[in-house]
Amino acid sequence: MVFAWALILLVVATVVFHFASPWWFTDIASNWTMMDQTVNVTFWVTGFVFVVVNLFMAWAVIKYRHRKDKTTKAEYEPENKKLEWWLTIITSVGIAAMLAPGLAVWAKFVTPPDDASIVEVVGQQWAWTYRLPGRDGELGASDAKLVTIDNPLGVDAKDPKSGDDVIVTSPELHIPLGKSVKFLLRAKDVNHQFAVPQFRVKMDMVPGMVTHFWLTPTRTGAFDALCEQLCGVAHFAMRGRVVVDEEPQYQEWLATQPTFSQTAAIVAGDPEAGKPLFATCTACHGDQAQGNKELGAPKLAGQDGWYLARQLHSFKQGVRGSHENDTYGKQMIPFASMLADDTAVRNVVAYIGSLPDTRPDTSVGGNPERGKKLYATCASCHGDKGEGVWGTNAPRLAGMSDWYLARQLENFRQGIRGTHRQDFHGAQMRSMARALKDEASINDLLDYVHTL
Amino acid sequence: MAFVAIADRDHEHALHDPETFIRKYIWSQDHKVIAIQYALVAIGIGLVALVMSVLMRLQLGFPDTFSLIAPQDYYQYITMHGMIMVIYLLTALFLGGFGNYLIPLMCGSRDMVFPYMNMLSFWFYLLAVLVLVAGLFVPGGPTGAGWTLYPPQAIAPGTPGHGWGIICMLASLAIFVVAFTMGGLNYVTTILQARCKGMTLMRMPLSVWGIFMATILGLLAFPALFVSCVMMTLDHSLGTSFFMPAVVQMGQQTVHSGGSPLLFQHLFWFFGHPEVYIVALPAFGIVSDLLSVHARRNIFGYRMMVWAILAIGCLSFVVWAHHMYVSGMNPYFGFFFATTTLIIAVPTAIKVYNWILTLYKGDIHLTVPMLFAIGFIFTFINGGLTGLFLGNVTVDVPLSGTYFVVAHFHMVMGVSPILVVFGAIYHWYPKITGRLLDDRLGRIHFWATFIGTYAIYLPMHYLGILGVPRRYYSYSDSIDFIGQNVHIANEWITISAVFVAAVQLVFLFNLAWSLRKGRDAGPNPWRATSLEWQTPDTPPKHGNWGKDLPVVYRWPYDYSVPGAPQDFIPQDVPPGDPRAGNAPAGRDHGVHH
Amino acid sequence: MSLTVAYAALATGIIVWLILVRKLSTKSWEAQPASATDVEAPRWPAQRVGLWVFLAVITSLFGLFTSAYYMRLHGAHGSAAPTDWAQLSEPPVLWLNTLLLIAASVAMQAARKSVRSSAERGFNALLLGGLLTLAFLGGQFYAWSQVRDSEFFSPLNPAIAFFYLLTAVHGLHLLGGLYVWGRTLARLRRKDVEVIDVRLSINQSVELVSVYWHFLLLVWLGLFAVMLST
Repeated sequence: MVFAWALILLVVATVVFHFASPWWFTDIASNWTMMDQTVNVTFWVTGFVFVVVNLFMAWAVIKYRHRKDKTTKAEYEPENKKLEWWLTIITSVGIAAMLAPGLAVWAKFVTPPDDASIVEVVGQQWAWTYRLPGRDGELGASDAKLVTIDNPLGVDAKDPKSGDDVIVTSPELHIPLGKSVKFLLRAKDVNHQFAVPQFRVKMDMVPGMVTHFWLTPTRTGAFDALCEQLCGVAHFAMRGRVVVDEEPQYQEWLATQPTFSQTAAIVAGDPEAGKPLFATCTACHGDQAQGNKELGAPKLAGQDGWYLARQLHSFKQGVRGSHENDTYGKQMIPFASMLADDTAVRNVVAYIGSLPDTRPDTSVGGNPERGKKLYATCASCHGDKGEGVWGTNAPRLAGMSDWYLARQLENFRQGIRGTHRQDFHGAQMRSMARALKDEASINDLLDYVHTL
Repeated sequence: MAFVAIADRDHEHALHDPETFIRKYIWSQDHKVIAIQYALVAIGIGLVALVMSVLMRLQLGFPDTFSLIAPQDYYQYITMHGMIMVIYLLTALFLGGFGNYLIPLMCGSRDMVFPYMNMLSFWFYLLAVLVLVAGLFVPGGPTGAGWTLYPPQAIAPGTPGHGWGIICMLASLAIFVVAFTMGGLNYVTTILQARCKGMTLMRMPLSVWGIFMATILGLLAFPALFVSCVMMTLDHSLGTSFFMPAVVQMGQQTVHSGGSPLLFQHLFWFFGHPEVYIVALPAFGIVSDLLSVHARRNIFGYRMMVWAILAIGCLSFVVWAHHMYVSGMNPYFGFFFATTTLIIAVPTAIKVYNWILTLYKGDIHLTVPMLFAIGFIFTFINGGLTGLFLGNVTVDVPLSGTYFVVAHFHMVMGVSPILVVFGAIYHWYPKITGRLLDDRLGRIHFWATFIGTYAIYLPMHYLGILGVPRRYYSYSDSIDFIGQNVHIANEWITISAVFVAAVQLVFLFNLAWSLRKGRDAGPNPWRATSLEWQTPDTPPKHGNWGKDLPVVYRWPYDYSVPGAPQDFIPQDVPPGDPRAGNAPAGRDHGVHH
Repeated sequence: MSLTVAYAALATGIIVWLILVRKLSTKSWEAQPASATDVEAPRWPAQRVGLWVFLAVITSLFGLFTSAYYMRLHGAHGSAAPTDWAQLSEPPVLWLNTLLLIAASVAMQAARKSVRSSAERGFNALLLGGLLTLAFLGGQFYAWSQVRDSEFFSPLNPAIAFFYLLTAVHGLHLLGGLYVWGRTLARLRRKDVEVIDVRLSINQSVELVSVYWHFLLLVWLGLFAVMLST
């Protein structure tokens, strides 16, 4: 008896929960409202079955439960062909009612409109990059074998269609409102999945293949792009964003993105030209870029050039150092802004690259045995030896200023760094730094990094 | 001759009764001992997986409070948890455990037809478990590739355990396939060849039917897992490119080129989908018998139930790619696989109707096994219906990769079969040990597990509809649509999960305590008809049937037969026996229209 | 994956269904004619059933290897056909090996026939069949070394990788067969075993060995044809 009522209560609770749930679809931002409708149809059909069948079962338990005073036996009835056939037919009809609209919508899904523009999304551990066809409307060929630090998308320079391709190295993509887009999806290393919940549609990205889906954005806004196919340790920290713009804003954004031929024409920085630019830096970072703990300026010599360049740009654009509690970061902004353009940044970075790399004194102590375990997480991006890996956008850790690393980890944990909307790599580090629960963990970790 | 064991002749029987402790309990060829060995190992490794799930839930529910696991631990645990629960616990327990115990007893045989191979099957299974556990201790730890082990990530840097861990996993799976094949050959051949006199196919209890079909599925589907394991091992260790395309790892090109990650996915799911039914069909069969016994009513629509098992078995080989709607395979496949997948819902629904129609007009005894059986119907309806979302290609797209999927398969493949496992243990424990499990503890166990698991998984569905992705170690506050209420839901789910896990201690205690202190059960405490309750000894001795094999005169569902003095007539009661009363053998009036 | 595998499974299901349809539509709660239950139909020995079930498992195994072969050759659904498949020119010794395996199968069949009349002749034929099989395995090993030394050799080439993989898996199945073969030979030499072994006559043992050999011959012919044709 109690049991039957519990079943009834569970059914009622489920229905109430369904309607009261604060967790429901995000506001849709694409043309795929039909998908929501098929989900709703399925909810109504299955919900009806759920309620009716379970209530019938609960009723049967109440009515036919064994009672001490009851003398009637169960009814002996091996089968009832007619009833069974009717149930089969009704079930089949209900299933067809769910399948038919599903297949109809799928038929739309598999046929992208002819006028859809193309966007290529490239997934890698653990970041997104994008490529748009230039004026010719076609993407150049690409191959994982061609990927280098200067050509991270593996675009085939020999293909005449490549030159005008627009390369978007930021994990943030813009697309224009109301225009159909066919997303071509590629992966460089492992499977990923490009999923924006507000768009509803999503698709795996598989190395060696180009997969696709299409949609038409129906409202402006910025939407998180998530990876929804397990891709390794930092799967949960793979951050991207798709911004749907009105046409003018879109064109404005598009104009700031370089073409492939422009990125290919970039020449290496000139250390000689960088030397005078570095003079300003020496006051804090030291004349050999060896760092100065008292002034809070980390060692720069030996750090990966691409990383230094990225940080200088971040400071220039206020992506880093704009948090009110980021005292030292705020100091860097005016200095970074003194570098006029990308060439200046490359030159000063090249000069830093020419400086001798000496190991700084250690200033953080802990339990390196425990640190070794903690570092296993970090090694996935920063390398087993903490050497820094451009492929995962992870800077060198070994032989750098440990007090600085400690401060940055603390900043990440507290949201002083990595909370700017454009700081995708910082957001990733914020997610990872959360795994270090206290100061002791950070010290243990850094003490292990000393041994690398 | 090593293969000589108990033959179907009575005078042979006494010759082979093992006497020493080792022969009786360790190197035993008795199907009942092997069944218990299988079950104990499966439950033991299952507890490891349960503890892992608690650790993962604590991380998800309280990411900043506990510092129990790092991201790589999390991914290693989801992998081990999934693989252990699906293969090493449920498959092994249903087929190696219940299959081994019930097939000879329910079919009226003395043992499996190849007892030596049956014993080897267990030892290979144990070896597979040990290799799996060894993976926990190798450098780099166990693999963290997810239980689907998709390449390239399974063998790529960036995935925990991509060196030794994945090799342990692949080796363990290959050994498991060998173990399963040896056991499976036994189950199928025993059911086909060693049934006692009068036990026609259509007089077999549905438990046997479910186990039979599941074993056939396993025999045909596990080779796909074996093939993918072998080929991935070669890709990993010898540098072949079966599955590995040209990729860039940590900024470096690898030697591989041209391999197809999708090929692996097809192979894996060609095994993986039947695997769902390898777990589900024995559960279907067993729950049918529990319902019939405790409702004192024949199973409703026996023939339809058998046909449904066969239909589900056949269809389960043509639905595998519904796991791959968004895998990047040719999207046109979606039409085919969505259709076949939804068709499979029809026989499944028929089974649900017939279970409920068995209760209808029954004489329902709400014993502990019955509570679990009805609880199963409830959770299975829930999990089955959400399957209609994910099987229907369009509906699947927004939901795939989210917590909706996690909730669905835990409901349908986790909670539902486990409720059947519990029900079955409460039901057959008296036959296995001669003692009943404690009723009060059993009820506590049921209520906490049933309500607790629903509290875990109901909200999880809705997180999935919101779009919360699965396999995330933590949810960053920089994801706009994941708000505070998601964290509240996660805390609630974690609390429920810890509660459910803790309650299983009650069950373990009950198992141990009742072994000595439980109420004496007698040979047939549930007054059931099927053969295992008619053994001369409880627990049955080696050889099961004493001097003479039983002879079967009727189907196993003669409950509440009009004219019979009691509300059950065992299968071995001949017509004219007083126990059959005036329900004559030629009971062609037994059908009510 | 080639839908053929799936359809084959479905077709098998339908055939089994057709065979069983009468049995499976019995209303078992009603009285059964005495013939249906009281008289036991003569049954195959369990070993024979077990072997045929095992052959079904092996069919599934090699069917899946072959599916994988073709999918890798033609590219999985959606991706372009791979360019890295450099055609392997099969070593000519494989033709000789094929003849050896056919001869082994013939010898096994002869053993099956003759063992009924004379254990001695059966023994000889069985011994010959096994020796021919060992020669086959030796030949396969030689083919491996030839491919190893050829200019094509590279584990990266899937044609090469599949050649080694398929021949190795097939060879392992033969080795397993040779184990049973050795035991059967021993049984043929030890007459006393027959007295206590009530389960399987020696004739049936030889029969099962020969069935297994024929089956593995078919598998080899299938694999060889697949490799030659691509």
